[in-house]
Amino acid sequence: MSVLTRPAAAGDERLAPRSLTRRMLGRPELGAVVGAAAVFVFFSVVADSFLQASSLGTVLYASSTIGIMAVPVALLMIGGEFDLSAGVMVTSSALISSMFSYQMTANTWVGVGVSLVATLALGAFNGIMLVRTKLPSFIITLGTFLMLTGLNLGLTKLISGTVSTKSIADMQGFPAARDLFASHWTIGSVDLQVTILWWIGLVAVATWVLLRTRAGNWIFAAGGNADAARAVGVPVARTKVGLYMAVAFCAWISGQHLLFSFDVVQSGEGVGNEFLYIIAAVIGGCLMTGGYGSAIGSAVGAFIFGMTSKGIVYAQWNPDWFKFFLGAMLLLATLLNVWVRRRAEASE
Amino acid sequence: MTDTATTAAGRTPLVALTDVAKSYGNVRALHGVSLDVHAGEITCVLGDNGAGKSTLIKIIAGLHPHDAGTYTVEGEEVRHASPREALDRGIATVYQDLAVVPLMPVWRNFFLGSEPTRGRGPLRRLDTATMRATTRDALLRMGIDLRDVDQPIGTLSGGERQCVAIARAVHFGAKVLVLDEPTAALGVKQSGVVLKYVAAARDAGLGVVLITHNPHHAYLVGDRFVLLKRGAMSGSHLKKDITLDELTREMAGGSELDELTHELSRTPAAPEAAAAAEPETTA
Repeated sequence: MSVLTRPAAAGDERLAPRSLTRRMLGRPELGAVVGAAAVFVFFSVVADSFLQASSLGTVLYASSTIGIMAVPVALLMIGGEFDLSAGVMVTSSALISSMFSYQMTANTWVGVGVSLVATLALGAFNGIMLVRTKLPSFIITLGTFLMLTGLNLGLTKLISGTVSTKSIADMQGFPAARDLFASHWTIGSVDLQVTILWWIGLVAVATWVLLRTRAGNWIFAAGGNADAARAVGVPVARTKVGLYMAVAFCAWISGQHLLFSFDVVQSGEGVGNEFLYIIAAVIGGCLMTGGYGSAIGSAVGAFIFGMTSKGIVYAQWNPDWFKFFLGAMLLLATLLNVWVRRRAEASE
Repeated sequence: MTDTATTAAGRTPLVALTDVAKSYGNVRALHGVSLDVHAGEITCVLGDNGAGKSTLIKIIAGLHPHDAGTYTVEGEEVRHASPREALDRGIATVYQDLAVVPLMPVWRNFFLGSEPTRGRGPLRRLDTATMRATTRDALLRMGIDLRDVDQPIGTLSGGERQCVAIARAVHFGAKVLVLDEPTAALGVKQSGVVLKYVAAARDAGLGVVLITHNPHHAYLVGDRFVLLKRGAMSGSHLKKDITLDELTREMAGGSELDELTHELSRTPAAPEAAAAAEPETTA
């Protein structure tokens, strides 16, 4: 880059200074923040125990388990793709880790490492299939979803003889690995799970990557207009494979949490969770068509999920209603998002 | 303008295609096409829909490799496997409809694929301040005064978007600028603005390939004209050897000459004849 004289960037008389509200309206997560506030107020009114400090830890924990996966799913959606295999991939990752350690009588950390490599390979498989075949990601990851669901059950029964893995709680390295993936500590009367830290960390890293790195620029471009991006030299295929591997990496974190908080893994778990991740990302302002969204939005979406799932319990309602609320929330949040964006565009 | 005949003889062209051909399966999309692009000159490629203009642009831009013939860049024979390779050789292509990512801010679009960074290791990050300032500066130098480089580029008009894309290519030191129908979707005034920037790019010393189906726009700025018809080259001229009438006539070809006669008759001299004209039938 040549040396530039700094232009008079200070002011252009045609441009009214963008007010704080105007800038807020342009943010993708605004709709989600408004929605989160509404949900918070709603459950504060209908459930007395919702506002207690101890509830905060529970709500945050529920939010973090979805939020950890909602972050990469949101990035992937900004990059213009879906991953329907994300839910069962979490279970696969936990199963691989657990069964490898148990069958090989290896240190737990070896299983954790093998699981990381294997899960990343699953993500790479999704990504490479997508860019090679050019089929819609919906079809490819639906295929992976079904295959993994079958493999989880089939292999677990074949190796362990039952639908769940054997406990690895007495194996070497278990306590340390549990500290990393499934510990919790208490501040006052609030019980906080380590997943909350993972979640906050992932949101921070993802936001940094999206807004401040070349890779982030490429993610927005790959989802916003892949042909234009390719034409100016953006490695679109590499970006998308990378995004699928990011989903796999977070599935590994979630999977290890699953394993180390219960020390056994049920092989049928995880089915359906992929939609929760997608819902969190969409509520958080990600555009289904790609090219727009944020990681912070996905966190707010996951927080709405956490408040709703636990709020219903605190309100002492039948938890059967949860899915209904989740669906209604999704519709309302999306409508609110659209409405907010139209208003923001109209005021341009 | 310098004498194009002597420059053609005395200098190696920036880009030269000789008898280039391309087939998709059993469809011969392009065959026997030759063209030269020199620094500081505009080579216009004219042709109707389906004449092979897009195939030609894809070959030059590196999206598809050619099947036969030679493609040289500054005298060196090349075979581009990707747009990145063409870009690295200084060939920048501005597409009519896929030039930009609409939801991204102007400054992010401007640097897309060539983002400057600072810091190193995990702290390597976009130099956003430089990016914003440089975008504004580079656009100003091309005479484009944008209100706000933070607005999504989709909010700009079609002409403004083309101009940003051209300014971008000039800024990144392109030696050859390939423009795919830059005026196709634009009104008269906006077309004029875009053609001005095309001329500005030429004056900055770039070789320009202007793909268009509008002979009037081509003749305004072009130095060389290559005519395509049904995948083959139907003519190649220097500006001094051809008039606008001849160019338009040749582009239309024999069968459509009748309809063109009255289109031609109203163009240079008699505006009132337009009233009598039938709807245009160039499609």
